[in-house]
Amino acid sequence: MNKLTNAVWNCFGKASIHIAKRDDIAWWKSWIIRVISVVMALIVCGFLTVALTDLNPIDVYVTMIKGAVGTPRLVWNLLQNTAILLCVSLAVTPAFKMRFWNIGAEGQVLIGGLATATCMIFLGEVVPGPVLIPMMFVISVIAGAFWAFIPAFFKARFNSNETLFTLMMNYIAIQIVAYFTLEWSVPKGSGTPRTLEFGQLPMLFGQKYLINIIVVILITVLMYIYLKYTKQGYEISVVGESENTARYIGINVKKVILRTMAISGAVCGIAGFLLVAGTDHSLKSDTAGGRGFTAIMVSWLAKFHPGFMVLTSLLIVFLEKGASKISEVYRLNSSFSDIITGIIIFFIIGSEFFINYKIKSNRKSKEEN
Amino acid sequence: MKSNVALELKNITKTFGSVVANKNVSIQVKKGEILSILGENGSGKTTLMNMVSGIYYPDSGEMFIDGDPVTIASPKDAFNYKIGMIHQHFKLVDVFSAAENIILGLEDKNGFNMTEYVKKIKEITDLYGFDLDPYKKIYEMSVSEKQTVEIIKVLFRGADILILDEPTAVLTPQETVKLFAVLRKMRESGKAIIIITHKLHEVLSLSDSVAVLRKGEYIGTVKTAETNESQLTEMMVGKKISLNIERSEPQNSEDRLVVNKINCINREGVKVLDDVSFTARSGEILGIAGIAGSGQRELLEAIAGLQYLNDGEVLYNNPKTKTTENLRDKTPIQIRQLGVRLAFVPEDRLGMGLVGNMDIVDNMMLRSYKKGKSAFLQRKSPKSLAEEIIDRLEVVTPSTSTPVRRLSGGNVQKILVGREIASSPTVLMAAYPVRGLDINSSYTIYNLLNEQKQKGVAVIFVGEDLDVLLELCDRIMVIGGGRVTGIVDGRTATKEEIGLLMTKTADEQKQDKGGAVENE
Repeated sequence: MNKLTNAVWNCFGKASIHIAKRDDIAWWKSWIIRVISVVMALIVCGFLTVALTDLNPIDVYVTMIKGAVGTPRLVWNLLQNTAILLCVSLAVTPAFKMRFWNIGAEGQVLIGGLATATCMIFLGEVVPGPVLIPMMFVISVIAGAFWAFIPAFFKARFNSNETLFTLMMNYIAIQIVAYFTLEWSVPKGSGTPRTLEFGQLPMLFGQKYLINIIVVILITVLMYIYLKYTKQGYEISVVGESENTARYIGINVKKVILRTMAISGAVCGIAGFLLVAGTDHSLKSDTAGGRGFTAIMVSWLAKFHPGFMVLTSLLIVFLEKGASKISEVYRLNSSFSDIITGIIIFFIIGSEFFINYKIKSNRKSKEEN
Repeated sequence: MKSNVALELKNITKTFGSVVANKNVSIQVKKGEILSILGENGSGKTTLMNMVSGIYYPDSGEMFIDGDPVTIASPKDAFNYKIGMIHQHFKLVDVFSAAENIILGLEDKNGFNMTEYVKKIKEITDLYGFDLDPYKKIYEMSVSEKQTVEIIKVLFRGADILILDEPTAVLTPQETVKLFAVLRKMRESGKAIIIITHKLHEVLSLSDSVAVLRKGEYIGTVKTAETNESQLTEMMVGKKISLNIERSEPQNSEDRLVVNKINCINREGVKVLDDVSFTARSGEILGIAGIAGSGQRELLEAIAGLQYLNDGEVLYNNPKTKTTENLRDKTPIQIRQLGVRLAFVPEDRLGMGLVGNMDIVDNMMLRSYKKGKSAFLQRKSPKSLAEEIIDRLEVVTPSTSTPVRRLSGGNVQKILVGREIASSPTVLMAAYPVRGLDINSSYTIYNLLNEQKQKGVAVIFVGEDLDVLLELCDRIMVIGGGRVTGIVDGRTATKEEIGLLMTKTADEQKQDKGGAVENE
């Protein structure tokens, strides 16, 4: 790798700068780089704010922070949103570790949500709550797993392209949910989603979202243990790193693909369950809200480490909440908040480059010598 | 006055991160001279030449062409200074003909005239005595022909300084002789030639002077006429070492693995194994020689249960139970469950035998992680195995939690071989186990193979260096084009004999067979 990048970058002409891969970097150095990149992003956004809107950037940032964590209600909201995003991110992680590009989390979440909603509508009045909720949970898990199993099956059996397959499955899921939303809307056909009264998750200590957060913390810990300390987690790593090695030691690669995708979909199903039963108490085709895609970024930014994913998902939700507040307060259109979020995320992703590579000036090193 | 020195490097230094690839290297090559750059793998030979050909840019140092200082910052610069490099891995378009590949990328203001180009190619081939059909497609060519195309490609562009990176690594002894003849002719016509190599006998038979590198450092340049093998080795390795492999007589040999008429057709429909039959005996090293890609990989993978076989059987005689098992159509796990203790050191170490991004302990687990009923991994015994191997085979590593890809080639191989023999195998297969290793590590590996042989293991060794095969193996099986072209005694066979068997074509084999039938 080292030699290759050198070769590529040396093509940049008479060698004014060149870029070399770092062998290793102390963990604190990499965090300094990350912090610097966030600060730089805020500065750039500040300039942009002044240029586009004539507002004081400091005010804008204060508004942003207030918009994200200004009141206890907002904090709970932030944590709830983080929990759901984290849940979806954890779901895609085993698939990504296996180098199986599951970009169908959106659909898997929706199908899980659909299963939950179905239970709430048709069993809500028949089955008592303490039985209903575990049932909803199990059925959502199965539904999500099933939805993810389909592309995995075709991948294992016919080596089809999982990226396209999972992506297309999203659209199918969205349209199925859209159909049922309309079907179940009150009054029927109006498009106003029905509020699902039976089977809602209970409040804990008077907090509506606490149960969601606890469930996701549990999943985080379990996923960490699963990936790092179990034989199945080890198999996922081997298959992801090198299918040839997996074959060589006799791992049944197809089986691992099917199993891992089922797990990935199952956790997505849980996310759908939490969204419908624990948060929204209704089902719409945008219930997943693009989290299936945002989760990909969360997972990658955290380098597939469940612990870091807590931080990255929190950061991204924080930015989203804060930025939308800016648009609202200053009556800017929502594009402005998207621009701010985009710039910050761009800088954070860009910081990985400086963590993995270092830039040297040839001229300078010549003088030194 | 123009100097007679075609290329001179002065105090060239190049580092990659903390690794010093070249340190103050100064060499020169005259017109009409062949210079060998000798050094072990990883000593910085290729890096140095990549700087001459513009792929890398040196950190410091100067270069002179015909006595004038120059800056070579890109392959285009190198081309302008008439420097041409023939890389170890060819860069040719398979579906194009030789001539098309040769002219590929040239800008010609006078328009495109294939007949003209072919005429010019013919002139070059006639001048230096190459053997090449310009209209032949690359995918129909042998490795040696492809190399010829690469060399002509460089000459066609008017190169006066030719650099060849390990040119004989893929050639049979006969092809090597042919290549050397061509190179000598080029020398006569005044070209400056640099060959990168780690083979001593080539250095001595071909070059005029030798520059030796060791671990990135420039050791010195000597005239070939004034040196000998042991001096060069000493310069290369830094200490005197004896280059003898002890070969003991096989003890209590019995048939361990009987491969019977196996056939294998790959995905492209090519018959990669064609009626292969042989027997591997316990307490013996069976060498497998052949041009790269003659079916060696498929053969070993077939035995290991990784390759689907269309026909034939792979029989294993279990020394404990005295039963015979057919391993064909069984997965590696099923083979292990039968009690067959088969160890396999594949050619692709980091892509197959080990996982580069995992640490040493996790790599130790690859074979054994499934042991036990628990759903959780057990890292204790792999860790002690890792420590034991590091200790016994003198693996240089910061710790057992270092990712394997960070280790040098020799250490990677020690980890892999160490793990494979830790399971006390009865059959040990090793494909090119010393490729890319320095001399010391190579001899460690040879000793390990010998040790296994003395323990009564049936060792199958796929090698590329015929000298080593002849020194190490009890019997040598030669394969060509997926067929067994002969099995010879390692103690009495000669290199030429094996070389001939390696290139024996299917037609000749048929004739042999036909002849045999007639005689009967």
